[in-house]
Amino acid sequence: MMDEDFSQYPLELTGDDIPMVRFSRVSKRYGALTVLDNLDLDVAAGEMITIIGPSGSGKTTVLRMLMTLETINEGVIYVDGKPLTHMEKCGKLVRADRRYLRQMRAQIGMCFQHFNLFPHMTALENCMEGPVQVLGMKKAAARARSEELLELVGMADKRDQHPARLSGGQQQRVAIARALAMRPKVMLFDEVTSALDPEVIGEVTTVIRNLVDKHNLTMLMVTHQMGFAKDISDRVCFFFDGKIEEQNSPEELFSNPQKERTQQFLSAVKEAG
Amino acid sequence: MSYIDFLKEYGHRFLDGTLVTAEQFFLATLLAICIALLAGLMKLSRNRLIRGVAVVYIEFFRGTSLLVQLYWIFFVLPLFGLTFEKFTAGFVAVGMNLGAYGAELVRGGIQSVPKGQWEAAYALSLSPFKRMWRIILPQAFVNMLPPWGNLLIELLKNTALVALISVSDLMFEAKQINGSTFLSAQTFGTALIIYYVLARFVVTPFMRWLERVMRRKLGRA
Repeated sequence: MMDEDFSQYPLELTGDDIPMVRFSRVSKRYGALTVLDNLDLDVAAGEMITIIGPSGSGKTTVLRMLMTLETINEGVIYVDGKPLTHMEKCGKLVRADRRYLRQMRAQIGMCFQHFNLFPHMTALENCMEGPVQVLGMKKAAARARSEELLELVGMADKRDQHPARLSGGQQQRVAIARALAMRPKVMLFDEVTSALDPEVIGEVTTVIRNLVDKHNLTMLMVTHQMGFAKDISDRVCFFFDGKIEEQNSPEELFSNPQKERTQQFLSAVKEAG
Repeated sequence: MSYIDFLKEYGHRFLDGTLVTAEQFFLATLLAICIALLAGLMKLSRNRLIRGVAVVYIEFFRGTSLLVQLYWIFFVLPLFGLTFEKFTAGFVAVGMNLGAYGAELVRGGIQSVPKGQWEAAYALSLSPFKRMWRIILPQAFVNMLPPWGNLLIELLKNTALVALISVSDLMFEAKQINGSTFLSAQTFGTALIIYYVLARFVVTPFMRWLERVMRRKLGRA
């Protein structure tokens, strides 16, 4: 581990057109299993990228690595031009220490499949936790910001409820508000509708659609809902076997897939309904 | 002598002893909670040395007899220049012993908090300390309450051993009364009832109440 060499990677990205997120030759392995293989992916500021693909194709791993929930084996991830997974030390890139990671990942918000709201806090307290405890905001300011965001996701009237009293769709909307309360530059949505009952999926997708339309956030989303992906994405990436097999605008990718595996996957999804 | 007369004669001594038992119980419980929290967290540390210290502590205090530990603290440690008053030696021994059991409850409670909670706290960039203190421990605490109820009843009963180093607790008073009256059935019967009442009508309801309060805080009630 000590003699890892990252000298082929720049200390930071420069130029006019810096992507908000860049995966630069990123690999992730669990033992002999390669989950992500030499991934290169740029996400522009304000872009909404959807990642689709069969299970085990590494799509969730992409988000988890960006959230630094997973370490990477090779490559460097940059956020807003700065290395996320690495830091500069004596003019060289080395693996980031925990403090640096904590500082950097505050720019990234994540929503999970199972919401993961803090059960001992009300909806409002869930949203205030990050701003108060991490950003050091005054309680009144954090409360105002959180109330505004709960309003945005349509949960203002439930602000004093604990998660146990909320439906799945409501919990997920609070979770989105909680992540937004940190004012992240990048938002990650990891299968946020997969654990929901069909009738409440719409309330969550509406919130995300709203964010895409009205806010200039950079977003990466993993989903199994092809219709939704087609509607709101700027670009869709089809993952297969730890690689991007095909990527394109949603119109092109869904109506005119080029690769055989993409065609197979899309038709299998269509058949499943 | 009727039992009523017996109680009239010796009731105040049972009461004095019960108060000392309650004090021993309270102080030993405080100590046990602190030790359990510390050792339980240490046992989950990444650092092998820290983990090792916790394992040795827990193994020692769970693996040997409380009575022997009590004698060690009261009779042996003074030989090394560490002298405790008998009252202190009593609750320290009981607290350290039960704290070792409690450490396992703390460790289990923390590990029972779903992984998603750690990840959500991590994703919010909470510092490791705040993550533990504000997110994980409150939830672990709720999960731990039922087994802690058992442990505290065990602790209460174990305080009877401090009579053996002449702390004037309930058991000590009972032995004294028995020694002068030879009314063994009345004496030890009364002690038995008092221990039972303390466990059944003080400790257990308190823990139930705490469980209810905590469940309400989680919005589960």
